[in-house]
Amino acid sequence: MIEQRELLNKKEIEITIERLCQQLIENHTDFKNTVIVGVQPRGTYFSKRIIAKLQTLISATTIQNGNIDISFYRDDLMRREEPIVPEVMDMNLSVEGKKVVLIDDVLFTGRSIRSAIDALMAFGRPSSVELLTLIDRRFSRHLPIQPNYVGRTIDAIDSERVIVEWKELSGQDRVLMVKSE
Amino acid sequence: MSNLSVDHLLGIKYLKKSDIDLIFKTADNFKKIINQPIKKVPSLRDITIANLFFENSTRTKLSFELAEKRLSADVINFASASSSVKKGETLLDTVNNILAMKVDIVVMRHPNPGASVFLSRNIDAKIVNAGDGAHEHPTQALLDAYSIREKHGKVEGKKVLIVGDILHSRVALSNIYCLQKLGAEVKVCGPSSLMPKHLDALGVTHFSDLKEALEWCDVANVLRIQLERQDVNYFPSLREYAMVYGVNKQVLDGLQKEITIMHPGPINRGVELSSDVADSKHAIILDQVENGVAIRMAVLYLLAGKIKNN
Repeated sequence: MIEQRELLNKKEIEITIERLCQQLIENHTDFKNTVIVGVQPRGTYFSKRIIAKLQTLISATTIQNGNIDISFYRDDLMRREEPIVPEVMDMNLSVEGKKVVLIDDVLFTGRSIRSAIDALMAFGRPSSVELLTLIDRRFSRHLPIQPNYVGRTIDAIDSERVIVEWKELSGQDRVLMVKSE
Repeated sequence: MSNLSVDHLLGIKYLKKSDIDLIFKTADNFKKIINQPIKKVPSLRDITIANLFFENSTRTKLSFELAEKRLSADVINFASASSSVKKGETLLDTVNNILAMKVDIVVMRHPNPGASVFLSRNIDAKIVNAGDGAHEHPTQALLDAYSIREKHGKVEGKKVLIVGDILHSRVALSNIYCLQKLGAEVKVCGPSSLMPKHLDALGVTHFSDLKEALEWCDVANVLRIQLERQDVNYFPSLREYAMVYGVNKQVLDGLQKEITIMHPGPINRGVELSSDVADSKHAIILDQVENGVAIRMAVLYLLAGKIKNN
């Protein structure tokens, strides 16, 4: 049996994005020395929305940004049935001396973010790295990694899955909790 | 499709089109990686690769070694000239001894055709054929086709000419298989003494006139005259070969269109290719070398993904 419940709807996601952007502005003001980096594949949709919102809020012309592919930096290549299909590495900039904000949709074990930090270092030495995530599944961490900005913190057990749907992929923005018995 | 249908890369003959497409797609990612400020990724951190070269090689060996190091694999090198093979050890014994040191992937070049196939049946490691006699040289064919795809947008429908010593060339055979699988039209050109008897079976026709052949093609892959493999004289002299089958600026200037020139290296300048052509903008010889690293990274990465750790 599959049970599913909505954690966030479209409106709630919009409000959450607005709040997260205000928190970012508090720390980064004009974003001149900040780079926003979405984690491929699903973090990029979230990152795109954050950037769009920031641009309207601070009327900045451009916010430096990129998308990082972590496939080759993962630690589970030989522990999977199928090989990881890499996404596009879209980082046409250096992060040397920059304040980086990594963006992903769900923070779960922390392993993806560990890989993303590794991948990031290939593009220079950032002055700092922060993490922004829409959903934080606390109590599920394998590594000592915590987000700086969180949309919603949830408590879920391993058999429950959190699915973030984006309009571009599934026709609507919403966050679901799916439980299979 | 996100997994190779084969466990080893023994030859293009054993690959499906979807395998080649997957290797190209993965190589696109690695090409970006090797143009990053830091060109190394930790993917194969817990993998050990042995490069066994029973025959001389410079660029293939360097290219494999670089690909392996960029993937963070541990690498051991072996060259037969300085090994126990000289003392009479068999291929299987040599390789089993190396495997006892816990090697996961073997990259092998060997003078005997089929050596890598033999190895894959007898030992428990992933095998990558880096050239076996006059049989196949799959990574070279992959990087050649990848370079055509990069230059022309696609391989399908392109007319590719292979010029030179087809008889002794593993590059030619692998190229024919690879390009045909990708939907290109392949023809060859060279003296008939250097054409294999099985050309018809491959579905490849032969031009004896170089100018006519170049007029037909979009891409000309010019092969090296392999003097070391020729036990008898197949043509009167190198000078005569250069005059009849050498690709030079004068010949290219006489064509109605511009064509792309490729060469797997090493070039015998002034024999199969003149210097002014080798260094011209039509030649993508150095792009081939760069793509070689990306292609080999992709092949090793995809094969390593098939090794199960637990």
